[in-house]
Amino acid sequence: MELFLVFLSAVLVNNFVLVRFLGICPFMGVSKQVETSLGMGLATTFVMVVASTVSWLIQHFILEPFGLPYLQYVAFILVIASMVQLVEMFLHKTSPTLYRSMGIFLPLITTNCAILGMALILVMRAFTFSQSLIFGIGAGVGFTLALVLLAGIREELEFADVPAPLRGAGIAFIIAGLLSLAFSGFSGLVS
Amino acid sequence: MDRLIKDFLRGLWDENPVFRLLIGLCPTLAVTTSAVNGVAMGLATSFVLVCSSTIVSLLKKIIPGKVRIPSFIIIIATFVTIVDLSMNALLPDLHRVLGLFIPLIVVNCLVLGRSEAYASKMPVSWSIIDALGMGIGFTWALMLLGAIRELFGTGHVFGYLVLGDWFTPWQIMTLPPGAFITLGLLVGLINMITIYVHKLVRQQHKATN
Repeated sequence: MELFLVFLSAVLVNNFVLVRFLGICPFMGVSKQVETSLGMGLATTFVMVVASTVSWLIQHFILEPFGLPYLQYVAFILVIASMVQLVEMFLHKTSPTLYRSMGIFLPLITTNCAILGMALILVMRAFTFSQSLIFGIGAGVGFTLALVLLAGIREELEFADVPAPLRGAGIAFIIAGLLSLAFSGFSGLVS
Repeated sequence: MDRLIKDFLRGLWDENPVFRLLIGLCPTLAVTTSAVNGVAMGLATSFVLVCSSTIVSLLKKIIPGKVRIPSFIIIIATFVTIVDLSMNALLPDLHRVLGLFIPLIVVNCLVLGRSEAYASKMPVSWSIIDALGMGIGFTWALMLLGAIRELFGTGHVFGYLVLGDWFTPWQIMTLPPGAFITLGLLVGLINMITIYVHKLVRQQHKATN
């Protein structure tokens, strides 16, 4: 039950993108089509799940026993960068079409602050190993959900008559604001 | 010299990281609940930007091309750790408010972007000027966004009462939806001004010809 609450809280109540403001760059950059945004969301989720467990292990078995907490940022970012490299190599071998359609955004998962943010939050909140794993999955699902929702709306917006200065980023931010307003309705769900 | 000034001014408007390039958006949206927080975040990011640009530019011949991105990130992470620890010691209140977003400067695409696109190719003094321009551009954008949200969300700006008792604060402005909507409208406004100015310049060109 407790694990389910951690999951629900990460997906809906404290949605990484719409409530915590993590991962806004890919949220704005890759949300023009539902299909690519779904691929991006899944790749990010995978990196998040692996990074959450590995950074928990590093924190508890290397940084804390050896008294190196000041190396936390450097260690975590290196883990994330190598995970992304691994995903990239794996996709390149198994699914070259998906690899090509993701293009430049695949290596950029490294600089997605949602992933480093998640690793830092789970250390800050002193999660156990299983909680960290569930938190990583929840964060990834929440990110994918927000990304696909915005992409769906933006696809429809292609045909709308938007004032010229607001076209592109401006209107996307306002839509994101309305989505965020909708998600704030979940705030009473988990206390 | 002309180009140096141009490179400096570019970050302030034409290539403003927040309003024009749309990078470094997570801290922009998250910490701008007040003008002071916006300025603090802007200055912290500018410090990391200037220092890491300097070091990257100094080491550009030594760092092998293939591992340049990880090397840049480690340089950036070092300066972020310095900012994080000194802020925690000197300004603990501010450090608590900015919280998670100080370590997240490591993955701010603005810092890595300038290292990759500018500092790794240009001489040191040029890189510093470019980083300063971008840093100031980032800081004023955060300050503006923070001031607007603070004004409508609480009636204050920089902690001083601006709107009187008659004003009922719009609480939504300090919450996440307010951040998204304010930034969307600001991006639209900046685009409108840019389109207008370009039109004026073109008309003047025609008139002088």
